[in-house]
Amino acid sequence: MNVFVNEKSIEIENNETAYMVRERIKKDADIVVLNGFIINEDKMLKENDKLSLIKRGEIPSEEDLEGFLVSRHTPGIHEKLKKASVGIAGLGGLGSNVAVSLARIGVGKLILVDFDVVEPSNLNRQQYFIRHIGMKKTEALKEILKEINPFIKIETKDVYLDKSNVKSIFSDVDIIVEAFDNPKCKAEITTTVLTQMEDKIVVAASGMAGYFSNNTIVTKKVTDRFYLIGDDISEAKIGCGLMAPRVAIAANHQANTVMRLILGEMDV
Amino acid sequence: MIINGKNMEFDNGINIMELLKKFNLSEDKVVVELNYEIIPKEKFSQIVLNKEDKLEIVSFVGGG
Repeated sequence: MNVFVNEKSIEIENNETAYMVRERIKKDADIVVLNGFIINEDKMLKENDKLSLIKRGEIPSEEDLEGFLVSRHTPGIHEKLKKASVGIAGLGGLGSNVAVSLARIGVGKLILVDFDVVEPSNLNRQQYFIRHIGMKKTEALKEILKEINPFIKIETKDVYLDKSNVKSIFSDVDIIVEAFDNPKCKAEITTTVLTQMEDKIVVAASGMAGYFSNNTIVTKKVTDRFYLIGDDISEAKIGCGLMAPRVAIAANHQANTVMRLILGEMDV
Repeated sequence: MIINGKNMEFDNGINIMELLKKFNLSEDKVVVELNYEIIPKEKFSQIVLNKEDKLEIVSFVGGG
């Protein structure tokens, strides 16, 4: 029967187990992942099972790396995520965190848009490092994402995104993530996508400032093509800052919504 | 009319722009859906609301 070892199809006998295959293919593997889960005792293999054999600390060949990167994924989703294309509008606290999560899960193509450079006050919530200060956010984030997952396509646009150019820049994506800071820009891009880009879904965010409760940040489905994340009210303003934990909670609501939409889960 | 799921009373002939003013909302920071159709802000002053209308107003706050 057929099973997949490190994403490659191989033929095995019907009564073979995970550890028997390890013995034959990679004896020194000390991490055995079966269908997304690390096993600590031997298991009988079934047709089309996915097995990853990893030696802790060893840098794998490029050929094996992509399979290992997704070996903890729920089986069957990698192929779907790899075909998807997502546009991220704004690479600040929301956008940089969304991009990192989507790169980690292997979303096939990301289009990253921002006109700004990294500055020190970004580092309290955005995914940049001190060495990126002064660098274009598009270039800095691309560098980070390539270090996380070199197998995804990344396109960058160092422009000010607004209603005049969003249609052309995001013409080929499946889903658009609204990740701006300014509420006028948030409303403009969302309205433009909803009225002029009828095959796109927009995943927007509003209300994630401060250190209020985790549990007021929610995901709402406003229309079939408009998902909104946040607590609706916590505005960044004088006396109320923006900090990594709550911004990243909202960003990862956005990232998980994007993943669910790619996988056909349209409800919140 | 029904606004964000709640029944509300307004004067006859009110348009979307006037309604936003009554709620103290800026036309630049909202997404407005009228009877399941998103309305661009250029049309806010032209569209007069009536009592059968179902309106959703999403008002964005800053931060990201």
